[in-house]
Amino acid sequence: MAVVTDVEVVDLGTTSLRELNQRLHDVAGEEPEPRRWRVVNPNGSHAVACGLDAPLEVEIAGHVGYYCAGMNKRATVRVRGNAGPGLAENMMSGTVVVDGNASQSAGATGRGGLLVVHGDAGARCGISMKGVDIVVRGSIGHLSAFMAQRGALVVCGDAGEALGDSIYETHVYVRGTVASLGADCIEKELEERHLLEVQSLLQRAGCRDVDPFEFRRYGSARQLYNFRIDNAGAY
Amino acid sequence: MTTSGWEPGLRESYLYDRNVIAEIQRAAREGIYDIRGFGAKRRLPHFDDLLLLGASISRYPLEGYRERCGTDVVHGTRYATKPLALKLPVTIAGMSFGALSAPAKEALGRGASEVGTSTTTGDGGMTDEERLSSKTLVYQLLPSRYGMNPDDLRRADAIEVVVGQGAKPGGGGMLLGHKISDRVAEMRDLPRGIDQRSASRHPDWTGPDDLEIKILELREITDWEKPVFVKVGATRTYYDVQLAVKAGADVIVVDGMQGGTAATQDVFIEHAGIPTLPAVRLAVQALTELGMHRRVQLIVSGGIRTGADVAKALALGADAVSIGTAALIAMGDNSPEYDEQYRALGSAAGFYDDWQAGYDPVGISTQDDELAGAFDPVVGGRRLANYLRVLTLEAQTLARACGKSHVHNLEPEDLVALTVEAAAMAGVPLAGTNWIPGVGEAR
Repeated sequence: MAVVTDVEVVDLGTTSLRELNQRLHDVAGEEPEPRRWRVVNPNGSHAVACGLDAPLEVEIAGHVGYYCAGMNKRATVRVRGNAGPGLAENMMSGTVVVDGNASQSAGATGRGGLLVVHGDAGARCGISMKGVDIVVRGSIGHLSAFMAQRGALVVCGDAGEALGDSIYETHVYVRGTVASLGADCIEKELEERHLLEVQSLLQRAGCRDVDPFEFRRYGSARQLYNFRIDNAGAY
Repeated sequence: MTTSGWEPGLRESYLYDRNVIAEIQRAAREGIYDIRGFGAKRRLPHFDDLLLLGASISRYPLEGYRERCGTDVVHGTRYATKPLALKLPVTIAGMSFGALSAPAKEALGRGASEVGTSTTTGDGGMTDEERLSSKTLVYQLLPSRYGMNPDDLRRADAIEVVVGQGAKPGGGGMLLGHKISDRVAEMRDLPRGIDQRSASRHPDWTGPDDLEIKILELREITDWEKPVFVKVGATRTYYDVQLAVKAGADVIVVDGMQGGTAATQDVFIEHAGIPTLPAVRLAVQALTELGMHRRVQLIVSGGIRTGADVAKALALGADAVSIGTAALIAMGDNSPEYDEQYRALGSAAGFYDDWQAGYDPVGISTQDDELAGAFDPVVGGRRLANYLRVLTLEAQTLARACGKSHVHNLEPEDLVALTVEAAAMAGVPLAGTNWIPGVGEAR
């Protein structure tokens, strides 16, 4: 039986955003105390639990606005609701999980860690991602993985138009349909190492019922990496 | 034909001068637009078209070498709990590690710190060298977010949200593949040797209402300590400044079209944006109408070269100016002692603008270890400090002559314009008249 530890409850209906984030920032170190936090009545507040840098577990009971868990390091943030734009933008490490849907630019420029969206994610999911891994249980919107540099984007549903436009070295896996591919993004062979990568990410995201063999892989054709006038039509 | 270009019977076209002809021929030969560094080279209305009036019977000057003329400025008094207190109204503009070598970035920090002003990172993240050498360092948040991380946000002294720059308002950045060393590649999370494009718009916000929330997030991450700057290229300056104020900026940086760049298309440098001169006036007007002039500080950049430029920009209402190109020149760029090396590259001292190429013999705009290693950051920093002192002394000299005990006491009333264009753009009278073209007319 798991040990039940204390949970610090913060009510954003009566506590300011500033006070919440300051308290979360003040509990630094490898063994922060309290470790487990529960935020109630977020009511779509912006910038909730952003800039964390400790192995905290933060559960947010409700919907959040922009930039929830922005630049997260080490913490685990779970949103029991939907998330607005820029969810976990530029996250460095740790885990961010959204039970519902995420708006546009989820995981933008993220440099590490794992972002899981159990619903759908809007446009520009994983834009300019730089090492974060993103798993979306549902579908993603247009221009996702735009200029994506590193990391992996796993989409269990469908992808919107211009997927992976001007992509660099991010691995993109989509189980459903792709409306269209962006400039310099092509379908690539799904090799064993890619299957293992998808399988691992699905497991970490809690999507064990999804078959990794059903995914197709997309990545950079690397034709736009250095300017050539013959490619002018693609720019 | 002589080198001066004229002999009897030879008539050069004004429309198709030698530069135009050479560019058409180059374009036809190479099939790609010209990418270069430096800033706009065309003649534009500028601070040279303004004059300071100085004291007279009705105005009382300060003694040139004895009476105090303050130059200090505090940035970020609106919201930040730790505003920046600088000794000079001249700061160093954002220039990236990648565009510039690590020793050059270090020299910028050394020079600025020696005289008590700030430096700024650039599109490529913060290096330890510049953090260690810069007493006051402004950390840029750019669309690319190369190297962005919360640790650097917290160890910065201020944060600058870059919306655009004067050399290419509306344009993204480009660092050509041959300047991508292993270190630059690692900092930017990209493979070595490929062209690194920087997006032209931010990945997670798209308008003024979003920007307000973005600034809130940055403040929350840094516990409201850091001043937040918003930098815009000069275009729709009046509206951009008002929107930046509305979004919660502590400081607004307006970069006129003369602002420098390390790598941008020539057509962009020369044909987009508005000059610094009208940009200052529009920015001050926007702040004044909101009751925020001096409460939100205004930094102006784009072609600041002399203490006269500094004094005139401040007289128009700026709180400080920022320099980039001039700082590099002070550190040794385009120095005559390198003329032979410049000529080997097809250029000459005084003309070199291929900062994008990475072959800079001075060791500033390069990532070549050998070239960069020849640049001494101590000497470069010292030269920059000297230059910053001269800018300040010159500005003080002019301010004292106008009877001002602080450079911020300079005012538009101290200025007249030499041309109708400058009078209209700066909003000061044409010399010898009380005529300000455009006053009372639609903006």
